[in-house]
Amino acid sequence: MITKRIIPCLDVGGNGRVVKGVNFTDLCDVASPVELAEKYGRDGADELVFYDITASAEGRALFTDILTETARRVFIPLTVGGGINTTDDFDRVLKCGADKVSVNSGAINDPSLISRAAKLYGSQCVVLSVDVKRVDGAFRVFAKGGREDTGMEAVEWIKRCVGSGAGEVVVNSMDTDGVRGGFDIPLLREVCRAVSVPVIASGGAGGTDDFIGLFRELPDIDAGLAASIFHFGHVGIRELKEKMMRAGIPARVTESE
Amino acid sequence: MVAIIDYGVGNLFSLKSSLSYIGVESETTSDPSALRSADRLILPGVGAFGDAAERLRACGLDAVIKEEAARGKPILGICLGMQLLFRVSHEFGEHEGLGLLDGEVRPISDVIPSGLKIPHIGWNSLSIVKNTPLFAHSKNGDYVYFVHSFYASDCDDSLAAVTEYGAPLTAAVAKGNIFGCQFHPEKSGSVGLSILRAFSETEALS
Repeated sequence: MITKRIIPCLDVGGNGRVVKGVNFTDLCDVASPVELAEKYGRDGADELVFYDITASAEGRALFTDILTETARRVFIPLTVGGGINTTDDFDRVLKCGADKVSVNSGAINDPSLISRAAKLYGSQCVVLSVDVKRVDGAFRVFAKGGREDTGMEAVEWIKRCVGSGAGEVVVNSMDTDGVRGGFDIPLLREVCRAVSVPVIASGGAGGTDDFIGLFRELPDIDAGLAASIFHFGHVGIRELKEKMMRAGIPARVTESE
Repeated sequence: MVAIIDYGVGNLFSLKSSLSYIGVESETTSDPSALRSADRLILPGVGAFGDAAERLRACGLDAVIKEEAARGKPILGICLGMQLLFRVSHEFGEHEGLGLLDGEVRPISDVIPSGLKIPHIGWNSLSIVKNTPLFAHSKNGDYVYFVHSFYASDCDDSLAAVTEYGAPLTAAVAKGNIFGCQFHPEKSGSVGLSILRAFSETEALS
């Protein structure tokens, strides 16, 4: 039986460390990304997401080194995002060991990026990442790490990108992000209704019960993504998976090594 | 020495890294003489069957693979590489494969109930149906990582494992010196590494 995926997300900052923001600001330093990735791999993470938030040429080189080193030691799917604006950016991270590439602002600036990348590398490689926030009761797409309201309606944008070839969608709710009050079920429900590709929930996980609630309320959700609760040890991946199994949610529980 | 066949399809970094991690020497190559001198061959692949089959033919590697298979050399196809081992694929038209195994590649939409997402993507469990050296270190129920929209049907006696996704889908095949995984062992954690290790321990047929 296909299992629900648990995905830790590692934001890599300019100092080559994992950082975590609260509501997209107040970044704080967590740990070495390669070591953290290895630990998550051992604990049974189903996939890892690496976001490049280094925002400089030197930072980018450092990020690619970290990615390569991780891909040499951790053998689960790796998704890379952050600063992906061209198919050359796809090429760069795929050669360093990424399996999937996530686009956000890059697709907003140039919607043809998704179709071009899907044609070159296959849809399975192209992940759409969307930052969504409620504005006047509507779900709006935000760009540039959540700093800029694009004015676009989120579900329409997601449908359009899936139509262009995005093979998976990461939906990050800015309203629930960093608050640890649970995932944004109403938003995720709308997205699941609208598209038939895998949907990954992001933003708001505060504890194991939030994941159980997510998969129970929305059986169509494929995966849950979180950062700080894993990084700070509030939730252990192994414990989470065991709890999911006990709750009747299919999960891959690995043996302790 | 394992030769990873490089015919311009897919990303071979992780495959090479995973072999190196378990201490298996490998070389990524499109050189026929390197394929002939290697102890074992791995045929990787992602993308469309027709394109990949055409690329293999264009660089003349299809003939080399068939010769080495006939000599008894262990060959492992991964994902699309596994599908290429079969006679024919019905992915966007009809395309001829290597014909090392009997069976046909068909869309999973033919057999799974509507409403299930396609591609079949994520971690799913193996039901092992055949005793094969490929699973020397594996057990029933082990989880592996899949990404595919097509599957090998009518594999007959080569069927080695299935996975359940609304219907039993071919997950692995094994017949003599020919092996294949629909899933990605190089992305399937310690379970995947143990399958690659088992392949690296297979013996050539004489």
